[in-house]
Amino acid sequence: MLRWLIGGGREPQGLAEKSPLQTIGEEQTQNPYTELLVLKAHHDIVRFLVQLDEYRFASAGDDGIVVVWNAQTGEKLLELNGHTQKITAIITFPSLEVCEEKNQLILTASADRTVIVWDCDTGRQVQKVSCFQSTVKCLIVLQRLDIWLSGGNDLCVWNRKLDLLCKTSHLSDTGISALIEIPKNCVVAAVGKELIIFRLVTPTGESLEWDILEIKRLLDHQDNILSLVNVNDLSFVTGSHVGEMIIWNILDWTVQARECNFWDPSPQLDTQQEIKLCQKPNDISIHHFTWDEENVFAAVGRGLYVYNLQMKRVIACQKTAHDSSVLHIAKLPNRQLISCSEDGSVRIWELREKQQLAAEPVPTGFFNMWGFGRVNKQASQPVKKQQENAPPCSLELIGDLIGHSSSVEMFLYFEDHGLVTCSADHLIILWKNGERESGLRSLKLFQKLEENGDLHLAV
Amino acid sequence: MISAPDVVAFTKEEEYEEEPYNEPALPEEYSVPLFPFASQGANPWSRLSGAKFSRDFILISEFSEQVGPQPLLTIPNDTKVFGTFDLNYFSLRIMSVDYQASFVGHPPGSAYPKLNFVEDSKVVLGDSKEGAFAYVHHLTLYDLEARGFVRPFCMAYISADQHKIMQQFQELSAEFSKASECLKTGNRKAFAGELEKKLKDLDYTRTVLHTETEIQKKANDKGFYSSQAIEKANELASVEKSIIEHQDLLKQILSYPHRKSKGSALCSAETEHVQDQADQVATTSNPDESADADLYTCRPAYTPKLIKAKSTKCFDKKLKTLEELCDTEYFTQTLAQLSHIEHMFRGDLCYLLTSQIDRALLKQQHITNFLFEDFVEVDDRMVERQESAPPKRSPGRPPSRSLDECPIPQVFISVGSYKSSVESVPIKMEQELGDEEYKEVEVTELSSSDPQENLDCLDMDMKGSISSGESIEVLGTEKSTSVLSKSDSQASLTVPLSPQVVRSKAVSHRTISEDSIEVLSTCPSEALIPDDFKASYPSAINEEESYADDSEGAIHFQASISPPELGEAEEGSLENTLSQTDSSCCIGKESDSLRVPLSTPAHTHSDPDGVVSSPPQRYRQKDQGFHVDFAGENASPSRDNSSEGFPAFELDPSRLLASRDVSKTSLDNYSDTTSNMSSIASTSSDRTPSSAHPTGPSSERHKKRAGQNALKFIRQYPFAHPAIYSLLSGRTLVVLGEDEAIVRKLVTALSIFVPNHSRHAKPVKHWVSSPLHITDFQKWKLIGLQRVTSPAGAGALHTLSRYSRYTSILDLDSKTLRCPLYRGALVPRLADHRTHIKRGSTYYLHVQSVLTQLCSKAFLYTFCHHLHLPAHDRETEELLASRRASFLKLNLGLVNEDMKVVQYLAELLKLHYVQEPPGTGHPTLRFDYVPSFLYKI
Repeated sequence: MLRWLIGGGREPQGLAEKSPLQTIGEEQTQNPYTELLVLKAHHDIVRFLVQLDEYRFASAGDDGIVVVWNAQTGEKLLELNGHTQKITAIITFPSLEVCEEKNQLILTASADRTVIVWDCDTGRQVQKVSCFQSTVKCLIVLQRLDIWLSGGNDLCVWNRKLDLLCKTSHLSDTGISALIEIPKNCVVAAVGKELIIFRLVTPTGESLEWDILEIKRLLDHQDNILSLVNVNDLSFVTGSHVGEMIIWNILDWTVQARECNFWDPSPQLDTQQEIKLCQKPNDISIHHFTWDEENVFAAVGRGLYVYNLQMKRVIACQKTAHDSSVLHIAKLPNRQLISCSEDGSVRIWELREKQQLAAEPVPTGFFNMWGFGRVNKQASQPVKKQQENAPPCSLELIGDLIGHSSSVEMFLYFEDHGLVTCSADHLIILWKNGERESGLRSLKLFQKLEENGDLHLAV
Repeated sequence: MISAPDVVAFTKEEEYEEEPYNEPALPEEYSVPLFPFASQGANPWSRLSGAKFSRDFILISEFSEQVGPQPLLTIPNDTKVFGTFDLNYFSLRIMSVDYQASFVGHPPGSAYPKLNFVEDSKVVLGDSKEGAFAYVHHLTLYDLEARGFVRPFCMAYISADQHKIMQQFQELSAEFSKASECLKTGNRKAFAGELEKKLKDLDYTRTVLHTETEIQKKANDKGFYSSQAIEKANELASVEKSIIEHQDLLKQILSYPHRKSKGSALCSAETEHVQDQADQVATTSNPDESADADLYTCRPAYTPKLIKAKSTKCFDKKLKTLEELCDTEYFTQTLAQLSHIEHMFRGDLCYLLTSQIDRALLKQQHITNFLFEDFVEVDDRMVERQESAPPKRSPGRPPSRSLDECPIPQVFISVGSYKSSVESVPIKMEQELGDEEYKEVEVTELSSSDPQENLDCLDMDMKGSISSGESIEVLGTEKSTSVLSKSDSQASLTVPLSPQVVRSKAVSHRTISEDSIEVLSTCPSEALIPDDFKASYPSAINEEESYADDSEGAIHFQASISPPELGEAEEGSLENTLSQTDSSCCIGKESDSLRVPLSTPAHTHSDPDGVVSSPPQRYRQKDQGFHVDFAGENASPSRDNSSEGFPAFELDPSRLLASRDVSKTSLDNYSDTTSNMSSIASTSSDRTPSSAHPTGPSSERHKKRAGQNALKFIRQYPFAHPAIYSLLSGRTLVVLGEDEAIVRKLVTALSIFVPNHSRHAKPVKHWVSSPLHITDFQKWKLIGLQRVTSPAGAGALHTLSRYSRYTSILDLDSKTLRCPLYRGALVPRLADHRTHIKRGSTYYLHVQSVLTQLCSKAFLYTFCHHLHLPAHDRETEELLASRRASFLKLNLGLVNEDMKVVQYLAELLKLHYVQEPPGTGHPTLRFDYVPSFLYKI
């Protein structure tokens, strides 16, 4: 909150010298979002957004209510009240094809130690489970088995009817922070510094019992694991508080690659590292990943990094993409990357191939730091190589969206309707392509004219 | 009875239609200097010279069964309004012409008294000796104690202008019908209540008598009845009869609504009137019925008393006052309606007609008029007006009666004379055409079907794209508007071209053909003055002064007559200041302010100093107290220098009396335009705090003030254009300053440029001291922000700079403006800092006219199908975009940023049109990523 104040205050006087933060100014020709709609319904921090279908999404946050919105019009469709405390996880429960009930369901977990199943079409509370020992922090749906798992201090397996199928013993007091599904009926849970692999035993001919077995614990991370995502069919990736990124083989759970130091602070900071850490304790924690076929995009502290899976190296980065920690990133189809941050802004980046020959203005300061960073610690052999051929790509800032007055927690991208952001200032903002909206309005207008019989087309 | 020599009975429209009506509503005196009363020092606008009262008023009289005709009250309740006019005499006159008044009684065939539900009668009456003409609306109210249960009343609109009454007959009739309906509804309620009480009394009496008879019966066993007993029995019988009678009456009065609706079906000749009534019923029915319901069910316990069976019909008892006759609530409502009528018909006839046309035209623009018009209460009135409009009523007559007659040429005249600076007429025309246009939305046809806009395009086309510089393009558009006025397209209008238009045609011709110096001498448009002349501008146009003078006169005419129409009761306090101006001059003890608290019936009742009346004594006390309250305000009126030579009424702009002299005087005073405006407008503007009605619908005075301040702003700040552009293009303008009054003043002034999102509220926030939020920019387009010097205030400034892309920031303290560049031609026309316009209201009108023109451009742009949707499938989005751009540029003649203004307005139009119901949807915040610049003085 305070951070953007400072950042915002600095912005007008070109702060290029003062801070390495890249700014774009007021002229943003590539930024398509020229219209916004502020949606107000929440009374506290809005932390989660989840897409329901092509035009609807649900938002949830610390006020315990879930709101279903129309992404096109910004209309509030439903307000789901049921939780008494803040919502800690939300996930859609896709209906099965065979299932007669076609309504879209969502699951929400809350700090009041309940999980509620909602019908998003009617706003009905379908079912409520309140037998949890601890707050459920993450939810995952295994659609293949038509079951869902809840992760708190232990891991529970539920079927669609909300029968508890099986559960693990108490895992830790901090609880499971992330869960993903991997092949062979396994799930990976991030518990503190550990990754635990569980296997689900499905009912077979002999036993009708479900069971969940701990298979393996992976202890490669030095600090708490903050993010855990599936990258593709072959690997998943984890990121920790101290900036370690490990890419795992999804089948045998071995480390495929790890990056942990390239985003370390530059050497001259060594002396004053204490202070530095005090100032920005989250500076290098990995908050979020996103991926496409070739790359993993990591939100590391205030920066953005693009890690190429094939080259196994970072191909582009923005060391200070934001004034404050980046909380969520997403890759758009058109080589664009969107990031949102605690500083209250959302930025749109484009991954560009760097033309080595073209005399492009190079942010020198950044490269120097990069070089020093390489020298700094263990990774000594690739230093020269790195310096010779610097990252082949670059992240260019093509636009920023300023609207929230506090940390932007998450955003959701709709192909047709634009971008939805939610924030700690209790607001949700719908960012739209003004031109397209204008066209849509015209379309509507002429449709209405036609309906009223007022449209006279000349021959 | 009483002779009524000058009675003209008009109950039907046709009758006065037949009367040869030769006199144009525009006073001849305006163009002909030979004004009959000129020698008496009256101004040409004073049609009232012959009359003994200073302006129109409403009189309510009663034909009292005790004392005969007597005036009850006047609206405005102010002795100086009717002056020496003999109300008693006039009451006698008007009460003597109730042709229809029929009395209730025992009709031959019926056993019980029947209530007669009499339709109101409406007559026009004149008294040439008194110089008074009146629309008289007779009505009867029921009173159980009155003879035949009825009391005849009448409401009269008294004016010195016969033509006004004649021409406005329909409107007057409609409005007075409402008032009458209100009174009668209240009266029925009260009457029913009275009957109920009476019935209870009778019932009680019967019971008592009955028991007494029983006792007597028991007491004497002698077998014969004493005379006492017989008397009792008789009395009992008469009580019984009385009960039945009263029950019947109650049934009749309760069945009224039913009967009325039946009646309305029968007399279709009266449709219009009935419709009004129906309206009235529709509007009041809900509270009415519920009120009725609870009246008959849960009336507060009434303790019956013993009464005499025979009602006393003696003359010594006090008759009920009007307020008692009608329910207090309804009475108050009626008074409000009457004072609304008084406001509504205030001013000269030609002003009334013009503003009616104005509104009618505005009404036709139902798609665009929400953008800049203040529609809150005009709207509903328009609905009624349309119902009672001539076209509907009398098919034999050309639909646009009011258009055919005087008013339009009149407008033309004023335009002809000051065309250069204010282009109001063409716009009015174009609105009507715009509507036709809307029916055939087609780009290619535009150039042939040609409202004003197309002239623009035509003009642009003729010149091709030779426009070498922007200034020339400005010229082009200005010229084209004048070219328009002679265009053939006007044939489609029923309005004959007045000579003045031809004159202006000539002017514009020359403007086109000859060089700028020549232009200077013929046309005062400053857009045409070359730069070198601009510096010495005031002296350079000296020779033109007389011309300018004339046009000023015309402007004044328009300007000063505008006020009252929109002045609603709620604007009372503003109106007050106005009336105080008079009172200060004519040493009136009471001011119009007495009129304000209509909600309290006490004050509106008869004035102690006023007329005879059947005055309830207790009111007097209150009235006095009230005077004291207002004494303080009266003590400090501001007196105009220019005003002293004139009788009070001449200065009251609401009476359309701004004279040529006044305008001249003020013109002289204006030689230094930056300050010291000595007109009524400025004095009031200085006095009335802008905070009085920050968000309410702006009255005329409000507009005048806003116009004045906007004019000041334009003259004072060289960067007014980009600021206004920001407002027009929907970019929020934040006015930053320390002094609340100054900020508020400027915000009010600038709000005239802010397009509305819907009909309900202007997106203007006059004063905020907390840091702004993104939602504020979505909601407000003009914000007054407090600059706080404390560290806490830094937050507000930080947010401001954070959201700088959504805002333009006008810093009043350091006199800077931060906003995007503006290079269009529209705003310079809208806000020329060298404009000749001196008056706030004139400038306001100028702004309105330019904006209306802009609205029609936006309208055209929005509703051209092929601009927004492909004509066929193969058309790409790019093609559409280029078509849009070329339409904006070539057809609408817009340059650079002007396009964005029209595009923004088009978006608003789309949103408004699509929404169901209009104006309810979320406003979206639209913005552009354009760089801002810092402007300094």
